[in-house]
Amino acid sequence: MSDKILLKGNEAFSEAAMRGGCRYYFGYPITPQNEIPEYMSRELPKYGGSFIQAESEICAINMAYGAAAAGGRVFITSSSPGIALMQEGLSFLASAEVPTVLLAVSRCGPGIGGIQPGQADYFQATRGGGNGDYKIPVFAPSSVQESVDLIYESMQLSDEWRNPFFIFTDGILAQMMEPVKLPEKRPDIQTKDIRKHKPWALTGYGADDSKRNTVISLRMQPDALETHVHKLFEKYAHAEKELVRVESFGLEDAQVVIVAYGIVARIAKEAIEILAEQGIKAGLIRPISLWPFPYSEFKKISNKTKVVISAELSMGQLIQDVQLGVGDRLPIRLVNRTGGMIPSSLEIAQRTKKILEEIGG
Amino acid sequence: MQPVFEYTKGMIPGETNYCPGCTHGISHRLIMEVLEEMGKLGSTIGVGPIGCSVLAHKYMNVDMLEAAHGRAPAVASGIKRVHPDNMVFTYQGDGDLASIGTAEIIHAAARGEKFTTFFINNAIYGMTGGQMAPTTIIGQKSTTTQDGRSVEQSGFPMRVSELIATLDGAVYVERVALNAPGNIHKAKKAVRRAFEVQDKKLGFSFIEFLSTCPTNWGVSPVDAMTFLTEKMLPYFPLGVLRAPEGEA
Repeated sequence: MSDKILLKGNEAFSEAAMRGGCRYYFGYPITPQNEIPEYMSRELPKYGGSFIQAESEICAINMAYGAAAAGGRVFITSSSPGIALMQEGLSFLASAEVPTVLLAVSRCGPGIGGIQPGQADYFQATRGGGNGDYKIPVFAPSSVQESVDLIYESMQLSDEWRNPFFIFTDGILAQMMEPVKLPEKRPDIQTKDIRKHKPWALTGYGADDSKRNTVISLRMQPDALETHVHKLFEKYAHAEKELVRVESFGLEDAQVVIVAYGIVARIAKEAIEILAEQGIKAGLIRPISLWPFPYSEFKKISNKTKVVISAELSMGQLIQDVQLGVGDRLPIRLVNRTGGMIPSSLEIAQRTKKILEEIGG
Repeated sequence: MQPVFEYTKGMIPGETNYCPGCTHGISHRLIMEVLEEMGKLGSTIGVGPIGCSVLAHKYMNVDMLEAAHGRAPAVASGIKRVHPDNMVFTYQGDGDLASIGTAEIIHAAARGEKFTTFFINNAIYGMTGGQMAPTTIIGQKSTTTQDGRSVEQSGFPMRVSELIATLDGAVYVERVALNAPGNIHKAKKAVRRAFEVQDKKLGFSFIEFLSTCPTNWGVSPVDAMTFLTEKMLPYFPLGVLRAPEGEA
């Protein structure tokens, strides 16, 4: 492990991906993630890797599809409207079980929206916009260090699970500078050894055509497609058990529990300190994996809690998963801003206090 | 006894989904024969399209990926970056390549990606049932130009090979036709030259096959060949549009 260095989010993300094994990056310029393709174009060749500035996000994800199907370790990035364009490809990658790590630096919508930070792509990340039944694990870090760690780990998890992995960040994390400890460089897989590590990969079968590989998603026979989808969902069922990540505190005696992820969770932690100074006990549930969502964590909420708050930079998207976690046990309220507006810790504290008073807590 | 003809090992024996009189079978076989002759079957990675040849991975005996509609050149660019010494090709129809995948093919050519694209131009959408393609010629009937393609309604057919040949990254561009034995022999030579260009890592290579679709053209296989010869050849002239310096 190296010592801590001060890095901008986007540059730290890039470095983490390369140290995690990424040797192929395909990017298209879109704010606020532009430092990533810039960094990759400069640094990836030093790792013996390959960079292409794609002609669109559609092409970037399809270059990823090709390189990853050929056994390369791939990392790609974009932002909200660009992620929308990648959805077609994500559906193909998920169906063909091709590993790739996709990082979103989320901005605001709808439409071209704005370039300020947002979380209005929660559904886009967790429900997906591609066609068909598929799932993609989504991690939502709330610091540059946590982003680095999750990107680095996902480069490996993606290979192990043979699935795309999604890192959901926002414009604040991407643009802020924080001290980070970078992980050690993971060993390379030599091109000649790809089939040993990934027997399914397209490398050319060599002398024995019984080892011919195909990477496809078309299944014209309904029974074959149903069988394939069931096979995918067996994998997803395992993921729902093994990939849940969550941070929580104060649930045993909280009057109010705030649920927040990403950068909002950091603001919420400050809000909880402000509330404590006013004699109000607030707890936090911070989902780190947005899919699989940590529903069972909500069982830890005690009978002392009067209300659960979903704090988010969207018009009530996270709150739908909160509702699935809480059920009918407790009232649920939304504390949100959108359009690139960021609530202060004081705003979240004040709005939480007001809700608590209205509920009668 | 000495065998005088053998089925190429590049094709997997069995029935295909292609209609009687369709020329996909010819173009498949030419490509696979050349790869076999060059000893490249085991080191080739092919990328199939969406369209009638979506099942090409079941017929062509090489490692293959099936790309989304139009995306094959982007996929092949990714593959070739991982395996620069392998032979990589895309096989795409006119809806796939010249309509939904226009950006992908133009930019792969402009970057000089060192793979080969085989472009099947039969002037119509096959698998979806005979709609107008970017290469449907003026006056040609399709299910979305039922009185024949008009300039006023749909503009002009695209000459894709000419377009590609303007790009410096494309080092070998040739249009061939599958309408007669002589032209089929020339087509095979073109396939070989394209793969040789790729093998030498000179840049992007592109072969357009003028092809038939008797089913969606609504004619017999014989009449389809006549249509190709009489109607398509005048609009899509055959020949080498671009070749490495010192070659023609």
